Amino acid sequence: MKILVGVKRVVDYAVKVRVGANGVELKNVKMSLNPFCEIAVEAAVRLKENKAASVSEVVALSIGPKQCQETLRTAMAMGCDRAIHIHTDLRGDYMELQSDSVAKLFQKVIEEKEKDVDLVLVGKQAIDSDCGQVGPMLAGYLNWPQATFAAKIDLDGDGLMVERETDQGTETIKIAKLPAVVSCDLRLNEPRYATLPNIMKAKKKKIDQFQADEFDVDLTAKNKVLEVFEPPARKEGITVDNVNQLIDKLKNEAGLLQ
Amino acid sequence: MISIAIRRFARKAKHDSIKGASGLSTAVSTGSRDEFAKAAPPMPVTLLTDDERMIQDSVRKWANHDLKPLVREMEKNELISPSIIQELYTQGYMSLEIPEKYGGVGMNFTSACITIQEISRIDPSIALMVDVHNTLVVNAIRFWASEFLQDKYLPKLATDSVSAFCLSETNAGSDAFSMSTTAKLSSDGSHYVINGTKSWITSAREAALLLVFCNADPSKGYKGITAFLVDTNSPGVQIGKPESKLGLKASSTCQIFFDDVKVDADHVLGEVGQGYKYCIEILNEGRIGIAAQQIGIAKGCLDVVMPYLNEREQFGQKLLNMPALQQQYAQAATELHAAEVMMLNSCRLKENGLPFVKEAAMTKLFASQVAEKISSQSIEWLGGIGYTTDMIVEKFYRDCKVGSIYEGSSNIQRQTIAKIMNSELEQ
Repeated sequence: MKILVGVKRVVDYAVKVRVGANGVELKNVKMSLNPFCEIAVEAAVRLKENKAASVSEVVALSIGPKQCQETLRTAMAMGCDRAIHIHTDLRGDYMELQSDSVAKLFQKVIEEKEKDVDLVLVGKQAIDSDCGQVGPMLAGYLNWPQATFAAKIDLDGDGLMVERETDQGTETIKIAKLPAVVSCDLRLNEPRYATLPNIMKAKKKKIDQFQADEFDVDLTAKNKVLEVFEPPARKEGITVDNVNQLIDKLKNEAGLLQ
Repeated sequence: MISIAIRRFARKAKHDSIKGASGLSTAVSTGSRDEFAKAAPPMPVTLLTDDERMIQDSVRKWANHDLKPLVREMEKNELISPSIIQELYTQGYMSLEIPEKYGGVGMNFTSACITIQEISRIDPSIALMVDVHNTLVVNAIRFWASEFLQDKYLPKLATDSVSAFCLSETNAGSDAFSMSTTAKLSSDGSHYVINGTKSWITSAREAALLLVFCNADPSKGYKGITAFLVDTNSPGVQIGKPESKLGLKASSTCQIFFDDVKVDADHVLGEVGQGYKYCIEILNEGRIGIAAQQIGIAKGCLDVVMPYLNEREQFGQKLLNMPALQQQYAQAATELHAAEVMMLNSCRLKENGLPFVKEAAMTKLFASQVAEKISSQSIEWLGGIGYTTDMIVEKFYRDCKVGSIYEGSSNIQRQTIAKIMNSELEQ
């Protein structure tokens, strides 16, 4: 089995972002590997460690500026065998480069560069754009089966058995045969640390470089962002003196009771 | 033998400079600093290489996630949990400068100091085990041990063997050279017999390997001091019970008794009678690691205090905005920044093969003062709750006190600095 894992370089989850004239300020802001992509990498590495899966190699793919190579190195330090970097300076947080173009670039890589991919693992969404679209779009373009929001992935004959988290509960999906696209949710696994020996080993692993515009893909945004603004500051709450006051406020001010 | 060691050391330092000092990834050629400076001004010491930043992130994550939950328990039990020691090896923290061919990470000295600093932010006791192992024992072996000893011990030190640095005695602290532990050569010259007692030995309880300084020829005074590599399980070696200390309680600090301990003659580290030189030289750089520990402690305090000041209100305002407190924490942060810059600069001086002894002494002296001051102030800024064990700051306050004592007391540091200043004057 050959696995392709998508990894995205995003603003670190702990950063308190600021909104400027051109959207979220990215200058000098700490960036890291998208948490859901990290879960996808961990899933891929665990499959590789599972002898029953017979994984030949795990390839990490990232689309973005030069610094994506650091992100790819983290993925390789976690266990990916090699990486592909598609270089573009377009903003990946929905402002310029959007899901449709990303999905099409993934498709090009699979159809032209890495022709024998059996499984694509991606995070369910990126924490900057929160779209959650690349996985399903890619499956659509490739005409491959898909399972999204995976909380459990098991081998099942020639395919996979995937438990999918929904708001109503857990759904079990059988993918009869690979290749397929699976997007990974929070409870799928807890990603390992890149140990220092593995970080050093990752330096010797290969990163193939391409330019985004060398693929025959339209990179222009399909949706136009009109405005980016911070949510209104949460107003301070009040304390009430007794239950009657509480009911009164809920009824007459908040409009939550009939 | 020394000149070979120093040449080897200088060659290694030059190699480190290419990897470490340039601040860029491996794409930079081995051109000169001046050549590069034409393109841009020389870089700040606070700018780390990509590798060093990755290591910093990785250690910080591990320390916060895996180490933090166990800190108070380890302090209470006065024991570093075996699972944490195992983790230190898996993560590579115990083999930072051991070359990859021996199973180590093969990184530079700055990475070791960064690792020690990040671990200290969470638990300085664990950082101390890592510091002594990497900066004192492993490095002494890398610099001066024969190939036979390197092949024998470096792989073990990289995978599972903790080490201890045995220099001090009850009557030989700052005056280390007055030690009375002796090593007598056998009549056939095949082995030495070690007798004596070492005191205040860090990690004594966990160490599998001991670097022991003994006098092999007391008639020569300090020029008889010789360094030996001794397996802890050698017959005649006995580890005393751990001292009950004010802080760094999880770190074992014990006496080690040597009772007719036989050590093969080929287990002498470097040359007979050169031990005094080795211990001075290794401590000259090891103290940069202690400085890193102290800086980590100070940062650990501010990590707790600053969010607290941002939340706590009195007299209708946040403590963070009160001018009196702003004066104090701004001053504290300034001194901490100075200590950190000194520490990183000392690392880069060493990696570039430049003189660093004075700067390293200044760094350790200053960093221990800064840590003591900031940990003490941090308790005050937290108020009553800072005085309780609910907050970690009281532990940092107790942990850092020894910073002005071990690896060269503050008085000794100032003496070292004065001596060098004097010699600079005479030129």
